[in-house]
Amino acid sequence: MNDILILIYGNPIAQIIRENEFLFPWVEALHVLAITLVIGSIALVDLRLIGIRGIKRPISNISKELLPITWIAFLIAALTGAVLFTSNALSYSQNFYFISKIALLALAGINMMCFQFIIGRNLESWDHYQQLPASARIAGAISLTLWISIIVCGRWIGFTLEPVLVAL
Amino acid sequence: MSSSGLIDFCYFLERTELNAAIQANFWIVPTMQTLHILAMASVLIGALLINLRILGLHGKSEPISSVIARYKSLVWFPLPVLLITGCIMIIGEPARSLTNPAFQIKMVMLLAVLFITFFLQRKWQKDHSYAQTDVISYPLAMLSLGLWVGIVSAGRWIAYV
Repeated sequence: MNDILILIYGNPIAQIIRENEFLFPWVEALHVLAITLVIGSIALVDLRLIGIRGIKRPISNISKELLPITWIAFLIAALTGAVLFTSNALSYSQNFYFISKIALLALAGINMMCFQFIIGRNLESWDHYQQLPASARIAGAISLTLWISIIVCGRWIGFTLEPVLVAL
Repeated sequence: MSSSGLIDFCYFLERTELNAAIQANFWIVPTMQTLHILAMASVLIGALLINLRILGLHGKSEPISSVIARYKSLVWFPLPVLLITGCIMIIGEPARSLTNPAFQIKMVMLLAVLFITFFLQRKWQKDHSYAQTDVISYPLAMLSLGLWVGIVSAGRWIAYV
């Protein structure tokens, strides 16, 4: 495992990030920006699912409007996140909050798949509903909770990261 | 801009009990930062959807006024949360923020973007036609998106300057 991490740590992009002190904050700023748009757009869908916001609008409508933004922002967040990770792979991989964040991301992904392919596979059939079935409301609440937890873990990484020295 | 008055104010804040309490409780700063980011998520998605509609890039099936009516609360309601969490962070570490150029630039950009946002909302919220954007609104919407990107970036840079 450590060999793989050292290999990741030694990749050219990671080296550039470490050698240029201005790059890390810029990549981090882009990461924060992308993540706020991911959670902002997902939260609007989740609040509709739960039945708190926008209940007069069909969920299919809201989902179509926001999902493209979610995916573009998620792609940017994942890419910038990967760059930040490689720059200090060993430290991150031993950090409790980083590991939790990745685990929560996986759970959010599973929840999304369940919604996409099982609970909400026919969103248009709910177009005339204001309050959605319990399964949809629970999926929305789980998603919102997971994403807030992901932000919490992400911010705590910065306060708990301990340097791991690597001899390359 | 690091005038002696500002530095004196930092010293004053550093001697307050609130400052001591924040310093003594490690969890307060990261918690405030987390709340600050969550509130920003609301502001940014609202600002993005409104500005993309003004630019004609997203949501063109509805008038600009409908999109503003739907999302403007996302921009304005979190502002008190941002103010309170921001002030707590400042009181906790006044010299790290108030005299920091990244923080000062952030505040200037914030004032500018709030002014533009208010102007664009006033201009469009009563126009229920499907009128397209005009030569004033288009660059202002672009500028507004640029300023929000700048605000988030400057916010992150406070930790590094």
